[in-house]
Amino acid sequence: MSAPLLEVRELRTHFATERGEARAVDGVSFDVGEGETVALVGESGCGKSVTGLSILRLIPDPPGRLLAGSSVRLRGEELTAATEARLRQVRGGEISMVFQEPMTSLNPVITIGRQVAEAIRTHADRTPDAGERRPSAAPRQAIEWLDRVGIPDPAQRCNAYPHQLSGGMRQRAMIAMALCTRPSLLIADEPTTALDVTVQGQILRLLASLQSELGTAILLITHDLGIVAQVADRVLVMYAGHIVEEAPVERLFRAPRHPYTEGLLQAVPDLRERRRRLAEIPGTVPQATRWPSGCRFRARCPYAWERCRLPPELRADRAATEGRYRCWLAEEPARRRGRGFASWSRQGSPTGAPESQ
Amino acid sequence: MTSETWSRFARHRQAALGLILLAVLTLSALLAPALAPYDPDVQADIVSTRYQPPSLSHPMGTDRFGRDVFSRVLYGARISLSIGLLAVLIAITVGTAIGAVAGFFGGRLDAVLMRGVDLLLSFPRLVLLVVLVALFQPSIALVTLVLGLTGWMGVSRIVRGQVLSVREMEYVTAARVLGFGRSRILLRHILPNVLTPVIVAATLGIGNTILAEAALSFLGLGVQPPTASWGNMVASGRDAMLEAWWITTFPGLAIVFTVMAFNLVGDGLRDALDPRRVA
Repeated sequence: MSAPLLEVRELRTHFATERGEARAVDGVSFDVGEGETVALVGESGCGKSVTGLSILRLIPDPPGRLLAGSSVRLRGEELTAATEARLRQVRGGEISMVFQEPMTSLNPVITIGRQVAEAIRTHADRTPDAGERRPSAAPRQAIEWLDRVGIPDPAQRCNAYPHQLSGGMRQRAMIAMALCTRPSLLIADEPTTALDVTVQGQILRLLASLQSELGTAILLITHDLGIVAQVADRVLVMYAGHIVEEAPVERLFRAPRHPYTEGLLQAVPDLRERRRRLAEIPGTVPQATRWPSGCRFRARCPYAWERCRLPPELRADRAATEGRYRCWLAEEPARRRGRGFASWSRQGSPTGAPESQ
Repeated sequence: MTSETWSRFARHRQAALGLILLAVLTLSALLAPALAPYDPDVQADIVSTRYQPPSLSHPMGTDRFGRDVFSRVLYGARISLSIGLLAVLIAITVGTAIGAVAGFFGGRLDAVLMRGVDLLLSFPRLVLLVVLVALFQPSIALVTLVLGLTGWMGVSRIVRGQVLSVREMEYVTAARVLGFGRSRILLRHILPNVLTPVIVAATLGIGNTILAEAALSFLGLGVQPPTASWGNMVASGRDAMLEAWWITTFPGLAIVFTVMAFNLVGDGLRDALDPRRVA
């Protein structure tokens, strides 16, 4: 396999807060291959979005900072050491981003046609055809892109302001802005969370078709496992600033290895099992200023035992299943037997679970 | 301005009244040479024409040099309105620039600029005006400049506050994600989103500026006679106020109506542009 498009190594992004140092992203490593779709999933507050913004060095500093030793490489080029001028070429050029809320991510006082044209003009050097690089070609190209993302009557709609469009149309316009520069990687941060389910499907299909057309890799940040199952090739599960499991999508859904992944999957309703009571993961993600020592999932984990007071590493388990996970169960698989979220939440309280501190 | 905002503005009765007043004032200022029955500065036969009460030939009477007060009020409107407009233009330009830079870049620069604003605001404006004007030879250009340079602090505070909130909006992050430079983000993406309160402040500011100009001219530090300005007309008539009330009353009323008109329009704009207001 050739070198991956994006290599993230030991990424640590901390924030100075009034309650101390918040270790939002605390040693995250992963790769994204050319044209691949990688999903980054986890609950709110686990560091997904900060990871996305850190890749583009868009963390406001202060209060945030990327710790020394963090490495983000795009085709071998170290982005953590790049100049601001180079980063501006990368942002929107080689790596684009789409956000959750299409209402607030578009400038309310500029028409969508002009917003797309501005992106095209900024990164005109990426347009393959030299004749198309003239700034005067941008408005026409913007209309073509609005057409490409499925906005009806683009020649008219390009003069519309964001508030005149529906949520789905706004997200389409955002996608046009992000992809019109033909980036090699698109970071999609909860791209469909704010949309109706029917529109969600349309947007996901649109992203998939543009992806195969342009060969763009996608890092999909989401908490919706349904979406992950639909579009991802590989899944990274994040918890408390760490990646706790990494696996091909098929294996992850068939046989989740990390207890957290297991809990997430059991919390998804299944239409075939009508009477099953949904399991839940008790408690919430701990504060980033005070991650628990040892395994950070320990206090919410139905399997936790003495050994979990020590921090586990991300590793393959003994059965040599695909992927890696961060749990002592990888070494002592026998401890899975007879435990789990379903039986645990029925008892009402996490008995036997060690205290978080 | 969207059509919805416009209809909200039009339904605002006081604002509509203010707008009509302003239209009348602007038209009479523009058409002063055609409307004025006399040359505003010409002193006819002083002995026979001075201190004439309002009549058909002199609708607002004559002053102590025999000049037609009506004609002078019309020409004074040109001076007062243009000083007001230009000074406010200077004030919002300076204020927007300083406020935007302070809000956008933040940190120490913000602290220094805003403490400077606090310092300037701690002087009473009229005192500042008098000192500044007294240093130089009074002229219309000087008065305009000084009024502009003493009136921008409020605008800069408003703009800074707005920029502080707008720069946290997701579309600003989105603009950075697209690789846009900082100056472009500030000028093209942030500033257009903060102009609404600036427009309101500017409208209200014109009224205040006209009042300040009148005060300066009244004190003899503003527009110099014989050029007609409402302020110096009131000043010139104050010795004869009891015998010839018309010399001070009409320019005084002109000041009152103009300032009121700008305030009504400003209030109306503020209400119409307020997004929280339900139509």
